[in-house]
This record gives sequence, structure tokens and C-alpha cells, in this order.
Amino acid sequence: MSNTTMNAAPRKDLVVARQLAARRRRTDRILLWLALLATVIGLAFLLSIIATLLLRGLQAMSLHVFIDVTRPPGSGGGLLNAIVGSLIQTAIGTAVGTPIGLLVGTYLSEYAGKSRLGGSVRFVSDILLSAPSILIGLFVYQLMVLPFGGFSGIAGSMALAVIVIPIVVRTTEDMLTLIPTALREAAVALGAPKWKMILLVCYPAVRNGLITGVLLAVARIAGETAPLLFTSLGNLTWSTDLTKAMSSLPVTIYAYAGSPYPDWIALGWTGAMLITLGVLTINIFARIVLRQRN
Amino acid sequence: MSSSAISPPGHLATAPRKSGSTGDRIFSGLCHGAGVFVLILLGAIIIELFIGGLPAFRAFGIGFVWGDNWDPVAEEFGAIVPIYGTIVTSVMALALAVPIAFGIAYFLTEIAPVPMRQPVGTAIELLAAVPSIIYGMWGFFVIVPVMAQYVQPALIDSIGELPLIGVLFAGPPFGTGIFTAALILAIMIIPFIAATMRDVFRTVPPVFKESAYGLGCTRWEVMWNIVIPYTRRSVVGGIMLGLGRALGETLAVTFVIGNANRIATSVFAPGNTIASLVALEFGEAEADSLKLSALLALGFILFVLSFIVLAISRFLLRPPAGQ
Repeated sequence: MSNTTMNAAPRKDLVVARQLAARRRRTDRILLWLALLATVIGLAFLLSIIATLLLRGLQAMSLHVFIDVTRPPGSGGGLLNAIVGSLIQTAIGTAVGTPIGLLVGTYLSEYAGKSRLGGSVRFVSDILLSAPSILIGLFVYQLMVLPFGGFSGIAGSMALAVIVIPIVVRTTEDMLTLIPTALREAAVALGAPKWKMILLVCYPAVRNGLITGVLLAVARIAGETAPLLFTSLGNLTWSTDLTKAMSSLPVTIYAYAGSPYPDWIALGWTGAMLITLGVLTINIFARIVLRQRN
Repeated sequence: MSSSAISPPGHLATAPRKSGSTGDRIFSGLCHGAGVFVLILLGAIIIELFIGGLPAFRAFGIGFVWGDNWDPVAEEFGAIVPIYGTIVTSVMALALAVPIAFGIAYFLTEIAPVPMRQPVGTAIELLAAVPSIIYGMWGFFVIVPVMAQYVQPALIDSIGELPLIGVLFAGPPFGTGIFTAALILAIMIIPFIAATMRDVFRTVPPVFKESAYGLGCTRWEVMWNIVIPYTRRSVVGGIMLGLGRALGETLAVTFVIGNANRIATSVFAPGNTIASLVALEFGEAEADSLKLSALLALGFILFVLSFIVLAISRFLLRPPAGQ
């Protein structure tokens, strides 16, 4: 069939066809290499960031980083208060934000259906997920710092909690909607009320997914700087008082990296290395947890 | 069929379910309450920022948006310079990021050998997890010197000499400035856009692609003629998501933009953005001062900008029910 049509066509077209095929293949190959180049560029950035952090961060790395508080330039010191402050605020932020996010995600998946309220909640949650974090800092400043007369660790924690909520909402809703209807029906058929079905059947079924959401939220807020600038401000002395200004790693790094003192800058790099390795480790761990889904 | 399995108990179930119905009411109330709480939260953010910025809006009127001076001593504030800086850096960042992000998504969905896709994809996603302050430090200590010594002098000597477009690349090579900020922003949003594109490219039914391959299409032709048209809407949504991220980015920009409150023609000149100006000047603003109010008003404007962009992105990525 095709032979006859080929023979019937003039010879000239065969040349054109061959040229066309060559051009198409060339285009394909050029774009293949461009795509490869783009990927290499992307990976090169990641490698460059990690290499820079390790090279510069290890210089000031010592036991003092973990057992000494921040000191004035030229007198040594470590990052203990910043590390502890970050841990406290991240922990409270996660502890406050997670249950709210979990309930909202449950509402969206189990109760909202196609209702207008559900649509609005889903929309607003998506906006919050990508809203500039600096605005959440300004908001909490207006709400908790101005009226109560000062920067505080609790205000910082609340700003972080606001960031946690939409992240947990997203993963919770996504995970719960994956549960097969048959599983729910089995629970209901046994006479379980809806809340028992959700708590005892649905949550355990997607446990790893929910944990992943919380881990991703922790990784996100652990490195947040902008919202803490206006809420917990940072504190160069040892303080675990939640009602006073509280130190945190990102804000300390910000202050140190922008300073003219070489020893502060070096310590800033060490802090940057610690926080990045921590955040990346949590991220990788979260992915492993998710992949182990039953 | 399946619903009939649930409904028959009817009257039988009411008596033993009594304890359950109380629990149901409580749990359902909690879930609904949390949902409403999120709505109130966003509303409160908008209202608090607006109330905080109200004195500035009152003092300068709508002219606050167009004013080009930022003089804390004379208490005169205008927002156009940071608004301009925010939009210019974000749009330039998109122009730099979209081709690279597209290349990565193309590589990860069509080109890379299957065993390579997962690890490379994860590495790109990790790039998105790096905190923004790290990008700022890395940009300031690694990228800025490279820009000052190599990239900017080269561009100033070549393109900067050309007529008309030359002014865009003129001026001394500080290393910092609008262009460097856009570059760092681009690096930050590449993983977001690439991951979204990869995910939407994967939604193309394989049979479409197989049909095209069966007709003798090359990989690029399948990408350009099948995958892109099928996913166009979501791809634009992903790009808008990246733009939304870029608009509000604070610390990465603060480190490298040079922080000067003026609009310059050259992309190498220092500038500022709403977020960088707020982060820098906030510490010097006293409670109840006009300056604090002007900063909060800037925050409100930034919120409106990102809200519009994110709402469009959301609409494109998740079409309203029924579509």
C-alpha cells in the first residue's frame, strides 16, 4: 500500500521529506540537551548551596556552638539560646497548628462535600498556604505584640502556627480523600458513628500521610525568618520566658550574616548549615515515611 | 448498592447510636468550627493590615500608592518604588525561571530514564525546602561576588554599549541590585514551578501520547503538540503560583537587592521591594508612628497583590467544581 503511494509521489518530495525528518530529529535533540542542561543547572544550585554551607559552616563548628549562648563579637560564644529558642517556638507552633489543620482537613474531606462553605475554606486555605510569611508576621505583631506591650516567644510561636495550619490542611484532605469508600462503608455497616469511623478507621489508615504533613510543616517553619522578626524579635541572652523576646536560629543567622564581624559571620554560616541540614533531613525522612504507606 | 448497605438500619440504629450521635455532634462541630476559623483568620489578616495602614492611607490618600518618596525624617511616605521593585524583580525572576523549570519538567517526564526520575525529582523538590534566609546568605556571599566580577562587567561592556537597550545594563557593577535579586528569586521558584509542571504533565492520558508516538512524532513534538495543549491551563497556574511566591519573598531579596528607594533604568542598580523595605525598616519604626502605619499599609498592598495572583493561580490549577 504505502509502497505504491511512495512510488507515485515525485522524487523531489522524498528529498524534502528526508530534510524535514532530519530537521525534526535535530530539533528534538537540541531540546533534549537543553532540558538536560536545565536539570543540571537546577541540581548545580542545590549542590552549590550545600557545598557552600558545609565549607563555611564547618569552620566555626565546635562544641561551643551547642553549649554556649550568643556573645558580643570577638568573645567567642555559641548558638545555644538560638537553637533552644527555635526548638521551643517550632514545637509550640506545630502543637497549636497541627490539631486545627487536622480538623480543617477532616472538615473538607468528610463534611464539606460541595457546599459553598467548604469551597471557601478550601480556597482560603490554599491562599494561606502561599501567602507571604512576612504578612503573617505583621498580622501577629498587630494582634499580639502591640496590645501586650512587647515582643514575645509566644507571639513568634503563634505566627508559626498560622503557617502550619494550611500545610496540615492540604495533606490531611489529600490523604483522607484517598481512602476507599468500601473501608468507610465497612465501619458504618458495623454500626460505628461517623466520628468513630474517622478517628478509628480513617486516621489510622492514612497515619503515615498525616505524619508526613506534620513533618513538612515542621521543616517549613524551622527555617522561617520573616514572621519571627516582628514577633519574637530575637534575644542575645539566654531566655526561655515565653512572654519575653526569644531568640531563634533564623533570626540570629540574619543578624550575624549582616554584621561586619568575621566571627559572627562564621557562626552565622554554622547556624545556616545546621538549619539547612536539619530541614533537608526532615524532608527526606518525611518522604520515606510517606513511601512506607502500608 | 453500596448506599443501601448503610441506609436500612434506619429505626433499628437509632437507639444504640445515641451515644454516637452526641459524639458525632461534637466532632462535626469541631470540624466545622475549625473550617470557619480559617476563614476568620484570613479575614483578620486583611482587616488588621488595613487598620494598621489606615493612618498612612488617611494622611496621604490614594496618593500613597503613587508617591515616590520614602522619608522617615520628614514623615513623607509613598509606595510606588517598592511596588515597582516587587513587580519588576518578580516578573524578571519568572522570565528566568520558567524556561529552566520547563526544561526540568520535560526532562523528568519524557527524557530521563525511569530509575533516574524519582531521585532527581526529589533533589529538585529539596531545593524548594531550603529556607529563604539561606538563599539570601548564599546569594550575598557566593552569587554577588560572581556578578560583580564577571557577569555584570561582561554585560555592561557588551549589551551596555548598545543603543536604546544599553541603558538597561549600564552603571557600575556592584554585584547587588535588581537583577541579582531577580536571579535569586528565580532560583527559589524554579523548584515550585518545575514540580507543578511535572505533576500536571503526568496527568496527560498515556493513550494520547502513545497515539502521537505511533504516528511517528518525536519526543519534543509530543511535548509541544500533545502535552502542552492538554495541560496549558494548569501550566499557567503553576507559573502564577511561582509568581505569588516571588512577590512576597523577603530575606533572600533583602540580602542582595542593595536596598535603595529609587527607580533606576539599569537592572544592575540597587532597589527595594515591599517585603525587603518592611523587613529592614520595621526595627526602626516606633509603635503608633506614621512610619509603622506606612509599613503596614505596604503590607496591605502586598497582600492584595499576592491575593490576586494566588487566586488566579488557584482558579487555573483547581477549576471550580463541574469543569
